[in-house]
Amino acid sequence: MGGRQRIVIAKPGLDGHDRGAKVVARALRDGGHEVIYTGLRRTPEQIVRTVMDEDARFVGLSSLSGAHSHLFPKICNLLRESGLNDVIVFGGGIIPESDRPPLFGAGVRAIFGPGTPSTEILEFIEQASELDCGVGSDNPWHWGE
Amino acid sequence: MKVEHVDGEIIAITGPPGVGKSCIVDSILHRLTPQQTIAVLAVDPTSPLSGGALLGDRIRLSVLDDKDKSESIYVRSIATRSSSGSIPSIVRSLASHLLANSFDLVIIETVGAGQSEMRCAAVANRIVVVEGPARGDGIQAEKAGLLELADLIVVNKSDLDGADKVVNDLTMSLGLTGDMPPIIKTSTISGEGLDQLATMVTKLEERTSSKRARNRQQILMVHENILTSNPHFEAVLDRMSEEGLGIEDALRELSERSS
Repeated sequence: MGGRQRIVIAKPGLDGHDRGAKVVARALRDGGHEVIYTGLRRTPEQIVRTVMDEDARFVGLSSLSGAHSHLFPKICNLLRESGLNDVIVFGGGIIPESDRPPLFGAGVRAIFGPGTPSTEILEFIEQASELDCGVGSDNPWHWGE
Repeated sequence: MKVEHVDGEIIAITGPPGVGKSCIVDSILHRLTPQQTIAVLAVDPTSPLSGGALLGDRIRLSVLDDKDKSESIYVRSIATRSSSGSIPSIVRSLASHLLANSFDLVIIETVGAGQSEMRCAAVANRIVVVEGPARGDGIQAEKAGLLELADLIVVNKSDLDGADKVVNDLTMSLGLTGDMPPIIKTSTISGEGLDQLATMVTKLEERTSSKRARNRQQILMVHENILTSNPHFEAVLDRMSEEGLGIEDALRELSERSS
C-alpha cells in the first residue's frame, strides 16, 4: 500500500505540552500525509471518536506526563471495541524503556522517544502501512525489534 | 461527471483567513444541536510541495466537548488534494450522502484562500460570507468576488473597531445593485449576533444573483474536473516545462487526447 495516509495525532490525558506533537504533525505533513491534530487534554473516547469519524489509518499518542501506561492500552482497547481493528497505533513522548513491552503487548506498534528523527517516523508509517499490524491484529510485530 | 441535485441544506461558510470562520461554525453548532443533526466538512489546503496537509479546523470546535451535543454532530476534515487549492468536487457527493442519511444540515467550512473561494458555490446551495473589521485595505470579500455569491454576510469581531465601517461600506456598495443580502454583526467574544445568526442560517433565502453565481461555479467546476481528470494532463504539464511545449499546443493536445 504505502502512499498518503490519514493520521490522527492525539494528546490524551492532562499533559499540556504539545510542541513535540506539533513537530511530528508537521513532519508527517511534509512527508505527504494528511494529519488531524486533536488538541490538548483529550479523553480516550474523544480520541477514538476522532479516529473513527476521520477514517484515520494511524493514530499517534503523545504523552509526557507519565499517564501512558494507563491511557495507551485503554485507547487500544477502545479502538478494538469500536471495531477499528485495522488502525495502527504508535506513541511518543517520555516513555521509559521498561514501560514499553506492556505497551507493545497492548497493541502499540512503535514508540518514539525525544530526539527521534522524523525520517524514522515516516519510515515506520510506510512500512507499517504495508503490514497487517492494526491494533486488532495478532501480529506481534513492532518497530525496532 | 454529474453534478448531483440535492434536497436539504448545504451551507458554505467562507471568507478570508483569520476572520473567525471556525468560531462562527462552533457558535452555530452550540445553538442548533442537539435538536438538529449537523455535519461539518472542514476543508484545509494540501501542500503543493509535499502533497500532505495539516487538517486543523476540528480542533476549534469546542462544541465537540459537550457530550450531548457531540452526539448530533459529525466532523470530517478534508484536504483539497488535487483540486487547485479550492474545494474538491467530492464534497458535493459527501454532502448528498450525509443529507440522505438523516443529517439535517451540512456546513462546509472553506479554506479561506481568496479567489478559489468562489468554488464553494459549486458544492453548496447557500453561501455565508464572513468578513472582519476594516484594516484599511478595503473589503476583502469584495476583492475576491465573493459578495455576489453571498446569501448572508456576517461581519465578525464586532467587538473591534472597524466593524461598523465594514457594514457601512458593504451596505453602500451592495445597495447600489439593489439586490442586497442580509448583513449582521457578530462577536464570539461579546456574543453579539450569535443567536440571530444561528436562527438565520437555517432560513436563508436564495438570491437571484447568488443562484446565477452558483450555476456559473458549477459549470466551471465540471470543466476543470474534465481537464484535470484527463490522463494526459500531468504529462502535458511536464512537457510544457521540460520540452517547451507551448500553451496553444498543450491545449490542443488535451482536447484531442481525452482518454
